Amino acid sequence: MSAAASHKTILQTTNLCKSFGGVLATDHVNLDVASGEVHALIGPNGAGKTTLISQLSGLLKPDTGSIIFKGKNVTGKPAHRFASAGLARSFQITSLFADMTLLQNVALAVQAHTGHSFHFWRNATTDKRLLEPAYHYLQTVGLAKHADSIASAVSHGERRQLEVAMALATNPSLLLLDEPMAGMGADESNLMIEILQKLSGEKTILLIEHDMDAVFTLANRISVLVYGRIIATGNKEQIQSDPAVAAAYLGDTSDA
Amino acid sequence: MNPAVNPKRLIHRASFWINALLLLLLAIVPPVLFITGQPYWLDIFTRLVILALAATALNLILGYGGLVSFGHAAYLGLGAYAVGIPTYHALYGGWEAIASYNGFLHVTIAVSVSALFALLTGAISLRTRGVNFIMITMAFSQMIFYAFVALENYGGDDGLTIDVRSEFPLISLDNPLTLYAISFISLLLTLAIVYKITRSRFGLALQGARSNEERMRSLGVDCYRYQLVAFVISGALCGYAGFLLGNLDTFISPEMMDWTRSGELMFMVILGGASFLCGPIFGAAAFILLEQLLRGFTIHWHLPFGILLILSVLFFRGGLSGVIDKVRSKGSNS
Amino acid sequence: MEASLLFIQLLNGLQLGILLFLLSAGLTLTFGIMDFVNLAHGSLYMLGAFICASLTQLTGSFVIAALLALPLTALCGLLIELVVIRQLYARNHLDHVLATFGLILCLDTLAEIIWGPAGIAIALPELLNGQLEIFPGVVVPIFRLLVIAIGLLAAAGLYLVVNHTRLGMLIRAGASNRTMVSTLGVDIKTLFSGVFAMGAALAGLAGLLVAPIAEASIGMGNEIIITTFVVIVIGGIGSMKGAFIAALLIGLIDTLGRSYLDDLFKLMMSNDAAETAAPAISAMLIYLMMALILAVRPQGLFPASSR
Repeated sequence: MSAAASHKTILQTTNLCKSFGGVLATDHVNLDVASGEVHALIGPNGAGKTTLISQLSGLLKPDTGSIIFKGKNVTGKPAHRFASAGLARSFQITSLFADMTLLQNVALAVQAHTGHSFHFWRNATTDKRLLEPAYHYLQTVGLAKHADSIASAVSHGERRQLEVAMALATNPSLLLLDEPMAGMGADESNLMIEILQKLSGEKTILLIEHDMDAVFTLANRISVLVYGRIIATGNKEQIQSDPAVAAAYLGDTSDA
Repeated sequence: MNPAVNPKRLIHRASFWINALLLLLLAIVPPVLFITGQPYWLDIFTRLVILALAATALNLILGYGGLVSFGHAAYLGLGAYAVGIPTYHALYGGWEAIASYNGFLHVTIAVSVSALFALLTGAISLRTRGVNFIMITMAFSQMIFYAFVALENYGGDDGLTIDVRSEFPLISLDNPLTLYAISFISLLLTLAIVYKITRSRFGLALQGARSNEERMRSLGVDCYRYQLVAFVISGALCGYAGFLLGNLDTFISPEMMDWTRSGELMFMVILGGASFLCGPIFGAAAFILLEQLLRGFTIHWHLPFGILLILSVLFFRGGLSGVIDKVRSKGSNS
Repeated sequence: MEASLLFIQLLNGLQLGILLFLLSAGLTLTFGIMDFVNLAHGSLYMLGAFICASLTQLTGSFVIAALLALPLTALCGLLIELVVIRQLYARNHLDHVLATFGLILCLDTLAEIIWGPAGIAIALPELLNGQLEIFPGVVVPIFRLLVIAIGLLAAAGLYLVVNHTRLGMLIRAGASNRTMVSTLGVDIKTLFSGVFAMGAALAGLAGLLVAPIAEASIGMGNEIIITTFVVIVIGGIGSMKGAFIAALLIGLIDTLGRSYLDDLFKLMMSNDAAETAAPAISAMLIYLMMALILAVRPQGLFPASSR
């Protein structure tokens, strides 16, 4: 775990616990994400990944333990405070402004990042300070040509790309990507891996993903979550050779 | 940013001209009717324009904010009582020294009391969503209704006659044509305000919250503040409409704020197409003219009216609003 | 004297609370299980009252009329469900509200066409019309006691149905998980119709119990429906227990507020001011209480866990 200690830690959880009806869905989780790295969180279905990242993005309150983000204790704060502190997340189930264009979707994200929206008079729909960055982020994820399409009308893969663009638009210190490849075909997955690879140099990313190829391609470090506990953290080789991981996880994903 | 495809432009242009034509008709027809000796119709059109103003105000939160407020008649009532109560106390004499004309006082009271009521009730009701929000806004407006029923001083159930209309320098609201002109200009200003707001950053945040509130929160936006401010703006504008309505009727009673009035106002917004800038005007026009038409046939005009309402929800609304939504989304153009 | 007056006011409050519960039970059931907002619930209350009034005139007996009016109101509910409501389940709440608002206009006008614009009073039989001295000096109309007793019986019956029958199990399951119920092999349409008719019967019961005290009148439903909403919002939408407690609370507070607030105010201000302010404040009392409760608990006192 001290492998990445040379980097500055941006997110750290200490003994995070969350239980539902007596079942510990998150069991004393100690997780740290270093600035600049791509950290993957993997685990079999039902391992508690969704519960964990819901706490990491403020949608769920942990029972005990703490979440330190950029040196500040954000435990128990509402979701919008996590976001304004610089933590952006994409959703496993795509969550967009379905009735707006892709450009408007990203523009809203840009707007959210640039302070409060109590501006009643200036026309925001032609405001270059919103549209130019929005267009830039659409380009980053390869969606510029669809800028004027309605979000509900584009393909599943494109909506996932849009999710990433919106997360980027808030200029986050940490990008939390919840299964960005979920439900994608091989081509779409490869495109997404490419996009994320481009970002990996400049952004700190916490990646929750099922697709092992993607994880091993992108991640600097990997944490394995099983039954709410982190059973191992390390680089690709360490994880692949870890017997506990093999037993608990890699062993039964041969069919995945 | 990207060059728009032709059909979009076409729809935009078409809807622009339809709206312009509607406003032009409203500018010309009623005065002509009045001059040609149909004062009754000028009265009807003044009411139409005032209710269109109120519906436009409601549209800001219902159409653009997605907040189904079922209590907007209360603001109409508050605005009208803001004319009636000071007049009843003959406050205009005493205030002359400060304001010279009591009209400014009336407008100030109408707008600020409505805004305050919207702030207090909005602060509570906006913490809930969906059905709860509908029922709570309904309950608060009914509270105002019962409060005025119980206020015997101001006529209680029987209402209050406004002896003198609000006074302004240079103009007299006693002239029906002037009152219509003021109401119509007010409607235009309200349209401009709502138009500007919906295209501003504030408006975008509001529409984002309508579209996907949880997503807004995960972007770091606290939607509550924006919705509350929109609620207050909407209430204040509606209060102003109430001020006009009080001057039109020169009579106010709690009946004006009954929750079924709020229902009618909502119906106007939906009928005309929510989140369509001029939709509420179409809705108000359809509502008032239909009412006039059905009244001509039967005293039980509420029955066919109710049936039409149900049918429009069952068959027309899904279709119409669907069509509008499609036109809107195809036509929307950043 | 003071104590006996208080006792009678408490009974009146209890009676109002019971009536509110009968109304809110049906409404909260339809909401809980079908996610449907029915503004026209008050019109069923009015129908119950008018049908019972007509039948009393026809049969000469309030009791027979009441027994007939109950299933007839349920039938009206069933008809309304089949013709209008059923088409709306898949729609959003805004559509529910608009369509049932139209329904109110129709039903109120229909009632006016059938029964005329004036209200109809119901004469009670000798036996029910009397007074009862329950304590020395405390005389109560027998019918009021009967209203309370019937209301409590209905509440108990409802509790048994919801908690100890298969129908109740489906209702509870349906409230928390609609798709699960349909996988249980239950015809969801029939279930919905049944629940709606049951709610109509409860509203009708409240209406026919009120009619001999107040009289059946056009628009009587539109007044009480908002108070019913206050009950549901305070109790927590979809919660039967919440509806019961909130209904009694509202009934008591409203009644006691109207009778004692002016005395209370007279302690604090001049008589004139008190006589002006007290009626207005007491009319607003339950709404202010709603505001207070919601400020602390936005989801009401007993939020249904599924929502």
